[in-house]
Amino acid sequence: MSNQGPKTLFDKIWSEHLVGQREDGTNLLYIDRHLVHEVTSPQAFEGLKLSNRPVHRPEATIAVADHNVPTINRQNIEDPQSKIQVETLAKNTKEHGIQYFDLMDQRQGIVHIIGPEQGITQPGMTIVCGDSHTSTHGAFGALAFGIGTSEVEHVLATQTIVQNPAKNMRISVNGELPFGVNSKDLILYIIGKIGTAGGTGHVIEYAGSSIMGLSMEGRMTICNMSIEAGARAGLISPDQTTFNYIKGRPYAPGTEHWDQAVEYWSSLPSDNDANYDHEIVIDSSEIDPMVTWGTSPEDVVSVKGTVPNPSSAKTENKKKSIERSLEYMGLKPGTKITDIKLDKIFIGSCTNGRIEDLRKVASIVKDKKIASHVQAMIVPGSGLVKKQAEEEGIDIILKDAGFEWREAGCSMCLGMNPDQLKPGERCASTSNRNFEGRQGRGGRTHLMSPELAAASAITGNISDIRDFT
Amino acid sequence: MDKFHSLKGIAAPLPIVNIDTDMIIPKQFLKTIKRTGLGVSLFYEMRYDNDGNLIKDFVLNTSPFDQSKILVAGDNFGCGSSREHAPWSLKDFGIRCVISTSFADIFYNNCFQNGILPIVVSPENLDKLMTAAKNQIEFNIDLPEQIIKAGNHSINFEIEEFRKERLLQGLDDIGITLGYQDKINAYEEDKKNKKPWLFKDT
Repeated sequence: MSNQGPKTLFDKIWSEHLVGQREDGTNLLYIDRHLVHEVTSPQAFEGLKLSNRPVHRPEATIAVADHNVPTINRQNIEDPQSKIQVETLAKNTKEHGIQYFDLMDQRQGIVHIIGPEQGITQPGMTIVCGDSHTSTHGAFGALAFGIGTSEVEHVLATQTIVQNPAKNMRISVNGELPFGVNSKDLILYIIGKIGTAGGTGHVIEYAGSSIMGLSMEGRMTICNMSIEAGARAGLISPDQTTFNYIKGRPYAPGTEHWDQAVEYWSSLPSDNDANYDHEIVIDSSEIDPMVTWGTSPEDVVSVKGTVPNPSSAKTENKKKSIERSLEYMGLKPGTKITDIKLDKIFIGSCTNGRIEDLRKVASIVKDKKIASHVQAMIVPGSGLVKKQAEEEGIDIILKDAGFEWREAGCSMCLGMNPDQLKPGERCASTSNRNFEGRQGRGGRTHLMSPELAAASAITGNISDIRDFT
Repeated sequence: MDKFHSLKGIAAPLPIVNIDTDMIIPKQFLKTIKRTGLGVSLFYEMRYDNDGNLIKDFVLNTSPFDQSKILVAGDNFGCGSSREHAPWSLKDFGIRCVISTSFADIFYNNCFQNGILPIVVSPENLDKLMTAAKNQIEFNIDLPEQIIKAGNHSINFEIEEFRKERLLQGLDDIGITLGYQDKINAYEEDKKNKKPWLFKDT
């Protein structure tokens, strides 16, 4: 990558954060913000202790417990291992002087919800976290990606990461989104189109009028699932929508630096004639509300579609993969998606656990009841999302409809806490992964938007929001 | 970190595409605060039934593959989460080399932090190696020469030089970077002046 000539948003952030090159030819990239949670950090802190190394810049790090935490009865974590993990995070952060939002703190929540909510996430920053959905923060025009625990230790010790530049991919979505189609449908459609390895080695920049027309919440949903397309990071150019979202949040630049920050942020969008290694252009009118039928996020189909037939697969590998998925999912080829009967509904996660998502669900289920055979739970992404929803009366609407209203956390997105599917149970989920066993051993996950999940909760089958009145 | 130089042994064939990190090590095993002891839980849901008994026909439960140090797997191995528990569990089981047509970025990176060599080969070569693995032919992995030998096959592979060196020497990455402490401090001083809002504490 040259310093001359037009640059992409990624190129600009990259060159701004280069500390230098090591003798082995690798680059040291400076990390502005490090988010830490209880599951992928204990071994990193242990490593520091064993080597007697301090944390280089504790004030650049923020910690919260989210993966393991119960969504009911917060005072007591019953699982002894989970309890130890959460206590270990509290102990480690205290020892190193790192800010920690504990379980009783209203600011506690999913790490990728609270970063933006607190104004910690800002354009042009580099942000890492030992969690693959760190890509979420790219919605602000920050270069944000997931790292392993050894790298968490490296960032704690040095505030840098060893990295070589990624390739640039741009996915432009143009046009007004059709009725019933939103950001979740868009990203599921993209993953279906390029595949779960389509973005490997790349940073995906999302552009075009459909993307830029989205709210920050919608943009976060898109960037969040970049990793499901194989890309470690997603990016969207910062604009007035971004600045408006950040302004006034607790960790946002104060009035003394606000104008200077906005001036810099405004220089970040990709130059007009910047080069991309890969370009994809999508017309939004071709997109329907999307649902996954299989065990990979690329296994998507329009809600109006049917379960695919393995015999139509182009390669032997794909055929085997479809057969394996269908067996796991307990589905027959040709079944109409809207004929699939559900047992559970999960609304939440770092993909769709924000206030806007909750408002949409409430508007759909207001004055209705969930189907008698389904159990539906809604898990706000943070304590503050929960508080906001309660102030707006959303919790009452949801509870009246039959939803369980829970405390904030990752919950059934990955089922590390007690919220899990039982073998064979089928769930409409607003989360990000439909892997085998993801939500509980033998559990069957259909990924979809909050709108579809809400409509499906009422009918008890996977439902098209466009047919729903 | 453990060094990696060369490796000899039979390889376990796992001809499944998109093997994700949830399959490699399911969530219930992420509650540990240690790096070790995860080998028994590797591929848990494929290896054990609902009652915790071994599923006899799963490859890693059959002799001689239960002793494999090498895994040959389908495309996009290690996709999904960033959990380093995935390479930790592979290593604890005894696997030091994974061969596939592609790896997810974070998993690929995590392997090198743990002395595991992930090798990318072409689809044609993966087919050959998968067959060789099924036939229990001995593999010979030579990192300095960047060659996989298995029966009649001799397949060259690519690896970035710095990654190769790190495996060969078992280098401590943090130790190396701390040698650049002055540069890091100078970078911070510069940015404090130019972009002061970035230094507002969390």
